Amino acid sequence: MAAGNRTQNRPLSPFLQVAFKMLMTSGLSITHRLTGIALTVGILYFLWWLVAAAAGPEAYGAFMTFSGSPLGLLMLFGWTFCLYYHLANGIRHLFWDTGALLELKNAFAAGYAVLAFTAVMTLGTWFCVFFW
Amino acid sequence: MSRKWEDNGYKTPMARVRGLGSSRSAVPGWVRLRMTAIANVPLVAWFVWFAVQSIGASHAEFTALLGHPVNAVMMILFIVSVFWHAVLGSREIVEDYIHLEWFKAVKLIGMYLFFFAAAVTAIFCVLKVTFGG
Repeated sequence: MAAGNRTQNRPLSPFLQVAFKMLMTSGLSITHRLTGIALTVGILYFLWWLVAAAAGPEAYGAFMTFSGSPLGLLMLFGWTFCLYYHLANGIRHLFWDTGALLELKNAFAAGYAVLAFTAVMTLGTWFCVFFW
Repeated sequence: MSRKWEDNGYKTPMARVRGLGSSRSAVPGWVRLRMTAIANVPLVAWFVWFAVQSIGASHAEFTALLGHPVNAVMMILFIVSVFWHAVLGSREIVEDYIHLEWFKAVKLIGMYLFFFAAAVTAIFCVLKVTFGG
């Protein structure tokens, strides 16, 4: 019996693959924190922008040149995504604080709304940047 | 300093909770995080409009745009609300994941000093662009 038990290869505790499953809701929650951290780092970039504007045309030109470079555009696109996501999901959090949208069905529906808002606004903003 | 919950390990959980209080001074931070979050909604909407407006602007065009009274005031409000929200949010993350008391204290003090200095710098830059010429 004991030998039979051992050969069954039962999972040991803690067993992450069984105990933890990433759901859409937990994924959005983690993303909220990650985007918040990314936006906090983005404050440094924002600071560069204002300091360059106050310093004069030369410093401002250097900032604009970097912002227009592929790396600069990629960073700005990333921060645009983070901004809209954190904004929309933050509003979802504010609803939760009032006690609304806490039922599982509504929490998921609001989560999909956040993702849709983020996608539409991020792409829409960059569409405006390039074609308007 | 050591980890709080390892002090007096013979205590029952209830005794420990009574000694510390459940959240100590967390409530004002909780409220301010939400207040700045609400303020950030219109401010971020304005900021996106402002940032898109400023694309491709020369230095002179940008300083004229930022120097407009409405934009300058909105930018200063944006700086105060967003920087405050950032430091409160960062604090929440630090308090959740860093449990070594002395390191947590050093990190929080450093964050507060840095963000305060950054906000003062940013506001000064807006005022210089607006009034300094």
